[in-house]
Amino acid sequence: MKLTTSFNRSLWVFHFNSGSCNGCDIEIVASLTPRYDPERFGVKLVGSPRHADVLLVTGPVTNQMVDRLQRIYAQMPEPKIVMVVGTCAQSGGVFSTSYNLAGPVDQIISVDVYVPGCAPRPEAIIQGVVTAIAKFERLHGSAKQ
Amino acid sequence: MNQILLAVVGTIFLAIFAIAFGLILSGIDRRIVARMQARVGPPLLQPFTDVQKLLAKQSIIPANAIPCLFNTMPIVALASAITILLYLPFGSFAPVLGEFGDVILILYLLTIPSLALIIGGFASGSPYATIGAQREMVSMIAYELPLTIAVIAIVWRLMIAGIHEPFSILTLMQNPVWSVVGPLGIIALFILLVMMAWVLPGELSKIPFDSPEAETELAGGILVEYSGRNLGLFMLSQAVKMVAISTFGIILLLPWNLSQFFGISGIIAWITDTIIFALKVLFVMTVSVTIIRTTMARFRITQIVGLYWLVLGGLGAIAMILMMVDAFFCEMI
Ligand code: SF4
Repeated sequence: MKLTTSFNRSLWVFHFNSGSCNGCDIEIVASLTPRYDPERFGVKLVGSPRHADVLLVTGPVTNQMVDRLQRIYAQMPEPKIVMVVGTCAQSGGVFSTSYNLAGPVDQIISVDVYVPGCAPRPEAIIQGVVTAIAKFERLHGSAKQ
Repeated sequence: MNQILLAVVGTIFLAIFAIAFGLILSGIDRRIVARMQARVGPPLLQPFTDVQKLLAKQSIIPANAIPCLFNTMPIVALASAITILLYLPFGSFAPVLGEFGDVILILYLLTIPSLALIIGGFASGSPYATIGAQREMVSMIAYELPLTIAVIAIVWRLMIAGIHEPFSILTLMQNPVWSVVGPLGIIALFILLVMMAWVLPGELSKIPFDSPEAETELAGGILVEYSGRNLGLFMLSQAVKMVAISTFGIILLLPWNLSQFFGISGIIAWITDTIIFALKVLFVMTVSVTIIRTTMARFRITQIVGLYWLVLGGLGAIAMILMMVDAFFCEMI
């Protein structure tokens, strides 16, 4: 897979809620406000997984969402990065003992970037996106060799 | 033989110019929108980066798509958008295929990129894309009416004024309608100007007329299944179409070149005319795409049809009547 440096400056994010309490989602919307303005770096939210480079998952994966999460992941074109936002998505958090959970996100699909917090601050989410960019850069470096 | 070679070279040059110009225009557009929302906004060359990235990504063909249509439509869209430009003059550059086409041909050619988008949407076999394609068809039918009224009113007025071959693009360039009509006609032309300013965002499916692409309800609408190279090609065709439709509007309603006023000629005239032309395109795009898109929310598809047919169609009828009265008085005196 040939990667260009343009990935660093144009990262399109698809946001998927796999059972979050909506707290994380509000923080994601907050990080898109003019105060933080991630479009400066070419980061924008897209409506379709086919357009996306980053899959941003919030919340623990409920039984109903397992199949959907896997399908959304499969629908994204290569190269792709998965980023989870929130403690729930990492470990189940406050919902970890719930009867209808299939588990945290990394038991369903492979995850590249974790952003902890309940809910994480917008700064932390942007830091996570920067880490995703760094991961693309690493892939790019290994593609060069 | 020589002419064919010239046409081929001209086409290649024009394609590169139009893609670059269109992408820079959309960069400027995004930047102005960001400034109006009190943001910093992306760098000017962001669309180039986006397209470059999309071209490097994998292109997925969905399992229930029709691959041959799905893959050819982006190319058809880009090619037809470039074809429109072959008939349009830029500044004082004569069109590459100037002798052959007229305004009616351009009206037809303008629909082809949208048709390609619609066929691509239907061929991707996704319910979202199907709804998007249906909406695109409806909005196409809607904005055709005011666009055609504007063209017909202008051309008819030129014809009554005794101008030879009013349908030809070069005639429209050389005889600005504003200098032909009387005071009532000027009012009519201002109405047509307003109509054209509203047709432009519809033609380009920008907010508030972006219900075919509606990101929030249709997840990208027509383009929902497109990824990678195909999506990049559609973005390019959108950029080229932006240049084409604004040029068409400029030829119809703002056709002046500075070199005619100051009587300059040669290289300097070319340069000034090209710069003025670029500024005019930028102005048209800022007013009718950027500002409208920042200040308004999306229309429902029924509202789009109502706006184009009832409001703008009604305005167009008034403009036509004014034109007729104007022609009657001017030719009587
Ligand atoms: S991490 Fe906190 S805010 Fe986010 S989904 Fe879980 S409980 Fe809600």
